[in-house]
Amino acid sequence: MQKNIILAGVGGQGILSVAYVFDNAALDAGFYFKQAEVHGMAQRGGAVQSNLRYSDAKIHSDLIPEGRCDMVLAVEPLEVMRYWHYLKPDGWVVTSITPFVNIPDYPEIDTLLTDLAAFPNIVMVDTGHLARAAGNLRSQNMVTVGATSNLLDFTEEQLLKHVEGLFARKGEKIVAVNRKAFLYGRAAGAFFRALVDSGLDAFKAAKLCSKIKPETLAVEYAAAWVERLRNNGALLDTILESGSNVSAEGP
Amino acid sequence: MSKEILLGDEAIGLGAIHAGISGVYGYPGTPSTEIFEFIERKTKKNGDVHAFWSTNEKVAYEEALGMSWAGKRVLVCMKHVGLNVAADAFMNSAVTGTNGGLVLAVADDPGMHSSQNEQDSRYFAQFALIPCFEPKNQQEGYDMMLEAFELSEALEIPVMVRLITRIAHSRSSVDTVEALPQNPLNPSKEIKRWTLLPNNARVQYKHLTEKQPELLKRSENSVHNELELRGTRGVISCGLVENYLRENLDEDHDLSILSIRQYPIPAEKVRTLVEHVDELLILEDGYPLVENTVRGLFGLIGTEVKGRMTGELPRTGELNPDLVRGALGLPKIEAAHSPSTNLALRPPSLCKGCPHTDSFKALNDALNTFEDPQVFSDIGCYTLAALPPLEAVHSCVAMGASIGMAAGAAHAGYSPAVAAIGDSTFSHGGITPMLSAVQQNVNLNVLILDNDTVGMTGTQRSMSTGRALDDIVHGTGIDPEHVRIILPLPKHHDQNVKIMREELAHDGPSVIIARRACIESIKGH
Repeated sequence: MQKNIILAGVGGQGILSVAYVFDNAALDAGFYFKQAEVHGMAQRGGAVQSNLRYSDAKIHSDLIPEGRCDMVLAVEPLEVMRYWHYLKPDGWVVTSITPFVNIPDYPEIDTLLTDLAAFPNIVMVDTGHLARAAGNLRSQNMVTVGATSNLLDFTEEQLLKHVEGLFARKGEKIVAVNRKAFLYGRAAGAFFRALVDSGLDAFKAAKLCSKIKPETLAVEYAAAWVERLRNNGALLDTILESGSNVSAEGP
Repeated sequence: MSKEILLGDEAIGLGAIHAGISGVYGYPGTPSTEIFEFIERKTKKNGDVHAFWSTNEKVAYEEALGMSWAGKRVLVCMKHVGLNVAADAFMNSAVTGTNGGLVLAVADDPGMHSSQNEQDSRYFAQFALIPCFEPKNQQEGYDMMLEAFELSEALEIPVMVRLITRIAHSRSSVDTVEALPQNPLNPSKEIKRWTLLPNNARVQYKHLTEKQPELLKRSENSVHNELELRGTRGVISCGLVENYLRENLDEDHDLSILSIRQYPIPAEKVRTLVEHVDELLILEDGYPLVENTVRGLFGLIGTEVKGRMTGELPRTGELNPDLVRGALGLPKIEAAHSPSTNLALRPPSLCKGCPHTDSFKALNDALNTFEDPQVFSDIGCYTLAALPPLEAVHSCVAMGASIGMAAGAAHAGYSPAVAAIGDSTFSHGGITPMLSAVQQNVNLNVLILDNDTVGMTGTQRSMSTGRALDDIVHGTGIDPEHVRIILPLPKHHDQNVKIMREELAHDGPSVIIARRACIESIKGH
């Protein structure tokens, strides 16, 4: 078993914190691991990535070869686009749909999300929506860790232990926020996949998830949503246009 | 024995601590900064390792040499271009030799992730006639530190450990051993060895050359220089590039491989490999040092040597598993189909609320009466002002070069000659050209961006900020009327432009200090 993951985002979004959680979980699980990261100039708001590899056998290269990446995990949707050539044809993309716009030529967001949604093995989560609900917009990175967690080789406990460890020195409140962000991300990722696996278009599924109250997310409600949206073509637009969030149980 | 998750830089730092260092010296510079920071953090509580950033790499190296003279083990660390600054002390320390073990950890930056060039420090080791280790992973980096200190003390010679960005900034788990005790104070009284007057220096230099056969012997016998003879296609890999090679090979490959991780180049092992193979691919990050050495001026009879000089690999830039794969003639690995979205670049930029932004907005406006004014800049976050939207500075060459270049341009008749430099860069390399410019009464304007820290490398302590900076500036003998202090904030924009214009109009040296703390450092504390 070997997993190769590219963590992608923008300098300042906390990619290295994401790496910290996985590195420590990998060490606990007895895996070999290597994790290359970016320091210095690019950390000032530039595109940053980290190559994370873990395996039950020795790993040679710190860098993931092209075509050998199992997963791109992005805290920002545009950043996914930089790493396609590393992804295996059957690899996975787990991405935030919350754009970080600090450049003048950022693409139109729905065009970008439509392009992403065309990729079959994708998990899309609205990290902004979920992190805000968890109590701090800065916890978007831990939302993505949660959204990824169903696809990796660690238990929820193994990951949460290091989410907590990472923020311990910042106090209980911050720990609680990041714990919640992780759990919301985990639930949202599973819910998104349940929607898609029940036949909903990934773009629509991402949009719907961004309007669902995170504390109500549970996969058993997904199939009913697909049915509901099929029967009422205008429902999604109505929900998206409304100012308030809906329960996963139904509108 | 315990297991720790460490960056390559941190593995070097921990290896040095466990080798019993009494001090670490350095100046921040990506990708080397975390070596020092790790040691500083780890030893703070006990306080038994001197860890205080130096004003520049030359000072750091000299302090390290002094500690070695006193009989203690010492680590000095810097980035590749920092070694240029330290080169005088470095080259001559090979001639004096060392007393307590002295290891230089230098981090090169192939691919220039955060640097102005990709010079290869292995040449510096060769140039100074000292041994060099080049670890292939974090564990070996840790282990090599203990070895490097032993070697340094055994042969009374400084030892280089060469890192590159990829290992410096990559994490893995490292098994560690019990720390060695520090050396007792034992100053060297061999006066002739340390006093490089020509008569003494000739003797010392001869000593250094006489150490060379022993260094070569150690390279030949080193466990880090592994030769494995199989088929008639040969590969030499240097340092961590072996990992990119292995990544592309099965266990039952038929290549003959020499992995070099200790220098001088183990000539006998190279010869054995060359005699065994028909073609030889050389893989190294940085310059084609081994490749050019092996090929020589005329090439090898009967063996084709391939590498960066023959197009199998690019002449410049960092290697990776894919480039090595191509050089081995293996097919590309199929990847996922990528969508056609236009991929906008996302270059780094100054932080929101950065004082430099306000300083450069004022400077741009102050200069707008001149036709296409050029501003000499320096190395730090403020170099990002070269990019849109500010486009306020037009050079970045070496630490402190802004002031020297502005002075030279002024000598040539260029006006306005404006230099922009940060407070820490000023202490590193700006003081001497400033003194020169003031003493020569050059018509130049120096904007010192005093943000109270070394921003780009992660907010380390600056040596010349606030009052200390003002005193240094005044100490050059500059007319105090032409030392102005401004507060770079949007609300002071007009006033700051006015002050800058007044000083631009002055015929003679002037200094404007734009003083406001880095917002990253405020966040961090």
